[in-house]
Amino acid sequence: MKPPPFTYHDPRSIEDAVALLAEKENAKLLAGGQSLMPMLNMRFVLPDDVIDINLIDGLSYIREDGDDLVFGGMTRQRDIEFSDLVARRCPLMKEAILNVGHRQTRNRGTYGGSMSHLDPSAELPSVSMAQDAIITVQKKGGSRDIAMADFPMAYMTPSFELDEMVTDIRVPLWPEGHGYAFVEFARRHGDFAITSSAVLLDVDGGGKITRASVTVGGVGPSPLRVSAVEDGLVGETGSVELFTEVAEKCREIDAMEDVYAPAWYRQHLAAVLTRRALGKAFSRAANGTEMILR
Amino acid sequence: MSDRRTISVTINGETYEREVETRLTLADFIRHEVLLTGTHVGCEHGVCGACTILLDGQTARSCLMLAVQANGHEIMTVEGIAPNDEEMHPLQQAFQDNHGLQCGFCTPGMLTTLIEFLGDNPDPTEREVREAISGNLCRCTGYQGIVAAALDAAKRLQGRAGA
Amino acid sequence: MGAKMFGARVARLEDPRLLTGRGSFTDDFHLPGMLEAAFVRSPHSHAKINGIDTAAALAHPGVVAVFTAADLPEYLRDMTVPFQVPNPAISQPFQQRLLEDREVRFAGEPIALVVADTRYTAEDAATLVEIDFDILSGASDCKTALEDGAPLCHAASPNNEGAKFTVGYGDVEAAFAGAHLTHREEYWIHRGGGFAIENRAVVAEYDELGDMLTIWSATQSPFLVKQNVVDMLGWESDKVRVIAPDVGGGFGPKTIYYVEEALIPLVAKQLGRPVKWIEDRRENFLATNMERDQYWDMEIATDAEGKLLGVRGRMIHETGAYMPWGIISPYISATTLPGPYILPTYELETRVALTNKVAVTPVRGAGRPQAVFAMERLMDRAADKLGIDRVEIRRRNLIPADQMPYALGLIFRDGKPMTYDSGDYPKCQVEALQIADYDGFRERQSTARAEGRHIGIGIANYVEGTGLGPFEGATVRVQPSGRICIYTGGGDSGQGHWTTLAQVCADKFGVGIEEIDVQKGDTGKIANGVGTFASRIAVNAGSSVHLAATEVREKAIKVAAHMLEAAEEDLDIEDGRVVVKGSDLSVGLADIARAVQGIPGFSLPGGVEPGLEATHYFSPSQSCYCNGTAVVEVEVDPGTGLVEILNYSMAHDSGTLINPFVVDGQVQGAVAQGVGNALLEWMIYDDNANPVSANFAEYLLPSAPETPNVSVVHVESPSPINPLGVKGAGEGGTIPAPAAIVAAIEDALSPWNVSIAGAPVTPSMIVEKVRAGVDRLSKPERQSGAVREAACSGSSG
Repeated sequence: MKPPPFTYHDPRSIEDAVALLAEKENAKLLAGGQSLMPMLNMRFVLPDDVIDINLIDGLSYIREDGDDLVFGGMTRQRDIEFSDLVARRCPLMKEAILNVGHRQTRNRGTYGGSMSHLDPSAELPSVSMAQDAIITVQKKGGSRDIAMADFPMAYMTPSFELDEMVTDIRVPLWPEGHGYAFVEFARRHGDFAITSSAVLLDVDGGGKITRASVTVGGVGPSPLRVSAVEDGLVGETGSVELFTEVAEKCREIDAMEDVYAPAWYRQHLAAVLTRRALGKAFSRAANGTEMILR
Repeated sequence: MSDRRTISVTINGETYEREVETRLTLADFIRHEVLLTGTHVGCEHGVCGACTILLDGQTARSCLMLAVQANGHEIMTVEGIAPNDEEMHPLQQAFQDNHGLQCGFCTPGMLTTLIEFLGDNPDPTEREVREAISGNLCRCTGYQGIVAAALDAAKRLQGRAGA
Repeated sequence: MGAKMFGARVARLEDPRLLTGRGSFTDDFHLPGMLEAAFVRSPHSHAKINGIDTAAALAHPGVVAVFTAADLPEYLRDMTVPFQVPNPAISQPFQQRLLEDREVRFAGEPIALVVADTRYTAEDAATLVEIDFDILSGASDCKTALEDGAPLCHAASPNNEGAKFTVGYGDVEAAFAGAHLTHREEYWIHRGGGFAIENRAVVAEYDELGDMLTIWSATQSPFLVKQNVVDMLGWESDKVRVIAPDVGGGFGPKTIYYVEEALIPLVAKQLGRPVKWIEDRRENFLATNMERDQYWDMEIATDAEGKLLGVRGRMIHETGAYMPWGIISPYISATTLPGPYILPTYELETRVALTNKVAVTPVRGAGRPQAVFAMERLMDRAADKLGIDRVEIRRRNLIPADQMPYALGLIFRDGKPMTYDSGDYPKCQVEALQIADYDGFRERQSTARAEGRHIGIGIANYVEGTGLGPFEGATVRVQPSGRICIYTGGGDSGQGHWTTLAQVCADKFGVGIEEIDVQKGDTGKIANGVGTFASRIAVNAGSSVHLAATEVREKAIKVAAHMLEAAEEDLDIEDGRVVVKGSDLSVGLADIARAVQGIPGFSLPGGVEPGLEATHYFSPSQSCYCNGTAVVEVEVDPGTGLVEILNYSMAHDSGTLINPFVVDGQVQGAVAQGVGNALLEWMIYDDNANPVSANFAEYLLPSAPETPNVSVVHVESPSPINPLGVKGAGEGGTIPAPAAIVAAIEDALSPWNVSIAGAPVTPSMIVEKVRAGVDRLSKPERQSGAVREAACSGSSG
């Protein structure tokens, strides 16, 4: 299991990197390597050119910008995990990142890499969907922003072009006191989730939900905002009955099927995990109450 | 005809300059160019953790890196853990004292992983240790001896730090 | 040094090297001029080959040679691997050719061998080999493979039945006719592969100067490798040496002889350069033997008190496309089923099915986990139907200690009548239940239920034949330096033989184990050997070391008597010196060893033969039988189906223990493998027998968070079969695990009357059963008793 031969490039600027992307017809970007290298070792991909973007300065950062957190595409998952800024302002991401692989993979894996690979149950794309992130991609001659809702095109295929690369991810934050929960189910600790549920809630002084974001991962080919659940929550007072009832709508999501997890099971998990996530999120909301749902 | 680069990599304090194919993995570089065979290869797809090394002090799976990516960086492998030829590091000694290895093939990856972990978390719970090594597969021990060794090493290292 | 080494809980001598990265595993060897090999393997589970074109591969820069069957010496082209374990029950003993060029029968079967300057180059060239295939249907599931009209595994054979045999004793018909209770149920048990973290590996070097071919292989059985290389390639035995260096785990699959172990030496000799082949993980999934499916259709008969009257049934065992190890695995399964119980009558008919997958050969547990699963589930069902506690029904049937040795009425794989040599089965069960706090469980369970948590407990017993013959020898030699060296034929893949064999030897000379070296797994160091598998080394090699060391001790005393001019009865050995009791007079072992090296012209003192050494090949009269009880407590999340093991307790009897530390490690590691079999490990193939789960992301091995701590209580019933009283300890932890874990899951989900008749159990299976249970309970006409009956009646979901 050795990689096939390729020409290796290590550009030092985004400019050089996108110039290479424009020029090379069969190139792959090497970011954290945790997804690309296994595919190279197994010869599932045969690029003529590998463009290593680890040496580009300024692509790895975490910044506060008003009510947003902005991340460079090459921000290591490890840095997200240990960031005080993320822990304080985007606790959903902090909770999610602890489920991403293992220490060794988080040390190298990147936010932009995870987004570009777009595994259906990957945590960072799920969180990005939950938070309505905006992804900036650059190519030779310019850049553009893609709203997360428009970012996934198909199974493991983001909607940016082959000559574009992810450089920044802007994450709009929820106000202090919001409720959050990231719950996933995997066969073993650190495995890719079979299904996950990411919930964000704004709860007013009377315990009424004023805003809800519910994202299910690993059910469809990319993370899905479940508007049926969100609509069922907004304007209602949080309760065990409410959360149990709305979570059931997840069983209607069109689900993938494979030999490891049948479609009905993914739908079932989506309902169960969403119910639990709702309970957790509501418990954490400043105006919420302690609620444990099984 | 193959794509080659000259790289300079420091491993366990010694610098090695070699000309390599750019597709050579870091694991193969360490094992077959530098001939430090303590780092092992178990799967070549980033799951078993036997190839784990420390890159600039952080663990990484060397089967998922290209050797050229280590150019200018510092690596520690299992051969660099003991302070000298005569004595073992307290973590290694704890492994021996707690029967934390049987065939020894996963062991180098366990050691590098735990070196980093105990540096970050000097007083861990058993659960935290198990999660820390969740990316390192062992087929021999059932992990019990390894976990006992890690908890024992944590105490020894704390004792040393406190002294 | 006064401390006794035998039986002591000492740290291992192996560890410092391995801990500091100074192990020598097969891929660690770098020989001058060494080439690397890669195989072209069949991508299809079953296909005819019309042609192979290697021209492009051969022309690739860096490639030294490419071999297909046509490129092999003529006498090897159609030669197949020698049939290791023949048996008259085998009707279609297909064996594998070195390289296949007519009909490939499993995905991964080798077709061509590329030898190049690096593995990278060899893999590049391998992609250039063009093969013209006609794809054929593959026989995938072993049950359907035996049905009429199933795709044929071997195109020219009449059917897929490779073997058929029946074991049993007594009048089962009468037993069932007169029974108070009978129950029939079908079970499916899947086991997986060994999946040692080190893959297979072979390095071969032909030394022209010495006319010697040396093979290093990551094998458990260097002597079997040598035997087969000699038989297949026709080389002289004294010109072949096989060494198992450090081996990174074996677990059974590395016991078997593989075609790569003939091909690599062959090409190394032909090319005149050392050749290395390192299996990669994908190859390991495809082409390293494993265990897979068994289907059991079983019936149990008891009296009104739950005492066994008989067990009968039919079993289908999947063997893969070839049978290198005959029917050993299913035979072990069939003869293991009676277990620790008084079973008056028994009959099992087994059919072995050929399928288009890699061969099935023993993996830790070797067919026993499956048999234990069937028997223990039958016991549970009988208990439930009779309203007897699951532990109590076992207690009523366990063979009491005073009936040892206990003859079963079956013949074991060693050809001898099965007689349990020693063991206290009731005591083991009691001890396991005690450390598991079984008595307190129902209270723990109701507390948990009140909190909305679902916990359950399960129990399983087993008996395991170990210490298989024919022999494993040892030479014990005192070096001129005074250090003692033991030479033995079995390899070591983590069992700590250096330490344990040194412990057997040390007390004879009053030395510490650090004075003793062990050289193992090298056919050049001892004349005869077999290998390390079937938990046989402590019994065989341990006994040989004991006998040889005893002889060396006696010789040392005899020679010392001459050197010290004393009577033998006045001598003793302490701290590596022979001393005259009650005086300062002594002579060291080193001096004695030198004295018997021989000085030209002088007779040897005492008229003894030269060398302070002795060799013994202990040969057991029969297998010796270990036993144990596992009691497992689990928590099940009925929402997701996740199973967490809360408590794992084992009473384990492997006779006298040489090193309890090492045995604990073996039990813990074996339990982990059993947990994998129960909850995680499933080698999935599609309907055409093409492998699907061929990587570690899809085939799940237990990692640390999934593996429980194991509380072990050791019961020691020494075996009368060997001088040490030891038995094998490597597999006991695995054997009862799936049965106990599945029973515990059922107990946790008893509110829904869940019944589980197979393993592995996945989370989605559990959720499906809970939902079915919810549906059943919600139907108002169902009474609780009827629901229980339905659950116990064998409906598996």
